[in-house]
Amino acid sequence: MIDIFHASVIILILTVFICLYRVLAGPGWENRLIAVNTIGTKTIVVLVLVGLIYERPLFLDISIAYAMINFISTLAIAKYLRRGCVC
Amino acid sequence: MLNTLALIFIVIGLFFMIVGAIGLIRFPDFYTRVHATGKCDTLGEGMMLFGIILYEGMNLISVKILLLVIFIFVTSPTAVHAILNVAYTHGVEPWKKGDERR
Repeated sequence: MIDIFHASVIILILTVFICLYRVLAGPGWENRLIAVNTIGTKTIVVLVLVGLIYERPLFLDISIAYAMINFISTLAIAKYLRRGCVC
Repeated sequence: MLNTLALIFIVIGLFFMIVGAIGLIRFPDFYTRVHATGKCDTLGEGMMLFGIILYEGMNLISVKILLLVIFIFVTSPTAVHAILNVAYTHGVEPWKKGDERR
């Protein structure tokens, strides 16, 4: 089962590189923003899998904090683009 | 038995992740890309973490991953909807049949 986790991490990192193409080449800010949000969602799963592979449950807390930071940063950028300031 | 079920869930989740990443590249418009990534990423992420819960069994790690799954099922569509709403407010035009890819 650990081999399945290793293969899952490698495939997820390859899909992150596919999304990174859209960040570099996407026209306009909206495509870049949606690609960065997608990369953040994939990173959470990678963190959980790495914590299971190396048997360190501390990575779970890091992944929960990363999920919150991802959500709040996306909402802050959306609010800034709508109103012109974060207020 | 549970390990086989966990393997099936993890493989289905990986399939949805790959489909979402390919749709982010191949679709012709911003709104269709949002449609691909917003649904495929939420479903794939939830299925992979649910497979990990089945593999772990009942302990503290499973409870933390379950809280993570519930949190992401609430927040990921909310974030995508916020980005989509801002883009619609700024006047991004939808793609019609016959237009060129953007």
